[in-house]
Amino acid sequence: MEQPHYGFWLPPNISTHGADIDNLISTLHWFMAVLFIGWGIYLVYCLVKFRERPGHEADVEGKTHFVLPKYIEIGIIIVEACLLIFFSAPIWAKVKKDFPKESEAVVVKVTAEQFAWTIHYPGKDGKFGQLKTELIDGTNPTGLDREDPNGKDDIISPNILNIPVNKPIIVQLNAKDVIHNFFLPVMRVKQDAIPGMTIPLWFQATQTGKFEIACAQLCGVGHTQMRGFFNVMSQEEYDAWYNEEEKSLLGDTATSPAGETK
Amino acid sequence: MSHDTHNHAHGHNHSHGGHDLPFWRKYIFSTDHKVIGLQYGITAVFFLLFGFGLMLLMRWQLAFPKQAIPLIGKLFTEDGILSPELYNQFGAMHGTIMVFLGVVPLAVGAFGNYLVPLQVGAHDMAFPKLNMMSYWVYFCGGVVMLASFFSPNGAAASGWTSYPPLSVVADNGQSMWLIGMVFLITSSLLGSVNTIVTAIQLRVKGLSFMRWPVLVWAQVTTAFLLLLAFPPLEAAGIMQLMDRLAGTSFFLPSGLVVSGEALKVSGGGNPILWQHLFWFLAHPEVYVLILPAVGIVGEIIAVNTKKPLYGYKTLVYSMLFLGFMSFIVWAHHMFMTGMGVTMSTFFQATTMIISVPSVIILTTYLLTLWGASIRYTVPMLFATAFLPMFAIGGLTGLPLGLTASDIHLHDTYYVIGHFHYVVAPGTLFALMAGVYFWYPKITGRFMSETLGKIHFWLSVTAINGVFMPMFFMGMAGVSRRLYDQTVYAHGAAAQPLNVIMSVSAWILAVAQLPFLYNMAVSWKWGKKADSNNPWGGTTLEWAASSPPPHENFTTPVEVFRAPYEYSSTKKLLPQFVQEA
Repeated sequence: MEQPHYGFWLPPNISTHGADIDNLISTLHWFMAVLFIGWGIYLVYCLVKFRERPGHEADVEGKTHFVLPKYIEIGIIIVEACLLIFFSAPIWAKVKKDFPKESEAVVVKVTAEQFAWTIHYPGKDGKFGQLKTELIDGTNPTGLDREDPNGKDDIISPNILNIPVNKPIIVQLNAKDVIHNFFLPVMRVKQDAIPGMTIPLWFQATQTGKFEIACAQLCGVGHTQMRGFFNVMSQEEYDAWYNEEEKSLLGDTATSPAGETK
Repeated sequence: MSHDTHNHAHGHNHSHGGHDLPFWRKYIFSTDHKVIGLQYGITAVFFLLFGFGLMLLMRWQLAFPKQAIPLIGKLFTEDGILSPELYNQFGAMHGTIMVFLGVVPLAVGAFGNYLVPLQVGAHDMAFPKLNMMSYWVYFCGGVVMLASFFSPNGAAASGWTSYPPLSVVADNGQSMWLIGMVFLITSSLLGSVNTIVTAIQLRVKGLSFMRWPVLVWAQVTTAFLLLLAFPPLEAAGIMQLMDRLAGTSFFLPSGLVVSGEALKVSGGGNPILWQHLFWFLAHPEVYVLILPAVGIVGEIIAVNTKKPLYGYKTLVYSMLFLGFMSFIVWAHHMFMTGMGVTMSTFFQATTMIISVPSVIILTTYLLTLWGASIRYTVPMLFATAFLPMFAIGGLTGLPLGLTASDIHLHDTYYVIGHFHYVVAPGTLFALMAGVYFWYPKITGRFMSETLGKIHFWLSVTAINGVFMPMFFMGMAGVSRRLYDQTVYAHGAAAQPLNVIMSVSAWILAVAQLPFLYNMAVSWKWGKKADSNNPWGGTTLEWAASSPPPHENFTTPVEVFRAPYEYSSTKKLLPQFVQEA
């Protein structure tokens, strides 16, 4: 669990979809660099060659007929269209639309508030307990109803998202008060958390480690402090943690293998 | 109003038709477009410096987190450390002031007001009293914004974008912000109507639309953007004010729990509605910021390359197309709000399309340089620097405009770098170029070349030191609007960049001193301009004396040709001169 290496460029990527995003970013920057350097060389050449000096007159008639810029312009349009159609739109569709099956994924609820993240696991029954506004207090930040049969085994984890490696994770993102943004830099995940809406997102980690959750939308005076963590664990570690949590909630009787406890 | 200007000697510097008017009618509540233009200019420069000053303070906290600001820190807080509350206020007000009280009033209010009537050969704006009113409404908006710092708990602190619910549950400064915005928007609406009517209706004989200088095209396009885009924000501003003060829930969903307490509102609203209304204005607003700059740079390049602008018609159509497209790209600011595939594909496609006219505009200017005889005056230096700076600003829009790459870069420093390259070394450089260029017209005197060159070289170096590192910081994933990024591991790693940016920002501030000194002192002691047209300009303002008298033209003027044409002796020929 060593600290990942951070610097002045993209942070390391540990998600299955992140490589596509990183490739698009670097392709775009090569494209931008080529254009800028091309324009730059032309500009500097003009600024030197066509400076005012004795014996040099401006060519007011513009005898030189340019055809190259037209082709450059068409080239730019083609490149942009390709980047849009073959890269950006499909990557977006894969990330935002092609969700894994819930049965094959870990499903968690993440609720943002000023200035913390509450992570809510459904427990062994796979069902989230009801959330009731009137139950919200200092110890129950999302108002989980423990009386609800589905809520008895739900795990609430403040500010720490524990997930298994190599397994799809589906997050149902919500906010209590103002707009936040759930940003996992190394996971290439960024999604606004908007009160009144539950927005699903998914990702899959490729290596274990302890990383940061950042808030990327100004959410008030403590915005900077709204740091969370996520632990990517091996499946065994994850199961052990999960069972430990369940045991402390329900006592020994509930630690029987997954499924209906009734 | 007196019309006895003809009794005065032509070109006499102190001839004002309104000379029988008392001081306060001539210089304070004036209806003369030139005086109003200068009022706008001076007020806007004040606000630009003020907004810049806020950022200079914030940059101390960013470079040296939680260390007391030396010397002046104690003015703001007891321990001299900028608090997160103040940081958020300064951040929100920096954006608001720079955009709505600084750049737009300078680009549109000052340059538009001063130059559009002159360039179309009009005696004044079509509605001089309305013009006076738009300045004073803007002034009131500015006063309200400044006053908001003194309201309990300070000024607005929810970013210049003021996203609800944060802005609705915020302190009273936000209400003042909204009231201030209503004033500023009203002012812009009045001004835009005036510009459109003046430019179209008061054209002098011979000035067909395709003979308009690029600056007039740019200002008219801008005016249409203001006219069509601002009303939705005015409505939205009032709706947010109602949410705050009258208990409505336009932008508040049901079930909000703030600080552990259920909010006592009816709910049922939607915070995303605000974002749509806001960005429906604020994206065209980007082009309101850039188009006047494009117009100014065009004029300066034509005159200082001593040849016609390449592809004038292409340039005009590109600006119009840009203006039109700017209304259908707004949701690219909102890709992270949970947008599906259809919507996001539409908006990233329109965003890619809008890059095309931008590239064409840049290309026409670059091609104008070919075969030129470039005279490196100070305005030309700034106008030349505008080109690569605007290019960087434009190009870095690509990774943000494509949704997939935006996932990582959205709301990071990359965004700040991108739009500052467009507005600061882009638009502001163009506006500075404009000040140096039209100064002899306004005062009859030149600004100092030496001081101007010092100003230029220091500024162009320092400003890149401020904004270039932002792209690397954004790449590293550092979010914007963070009070102290060293809280995060990736933020701490990128922290050295913050020191470079802050030091560059302070150098940039020092670099503006020769400019301000130059502007003030040259008014009286600058080198006298030898004629009404010292640069060899081709557009109508150079036919008027310097400064132009009340009602502008002492002899009738007429336009004989397109703005950038040459004579049989291969020299640029002014529009207003009839070739023998």
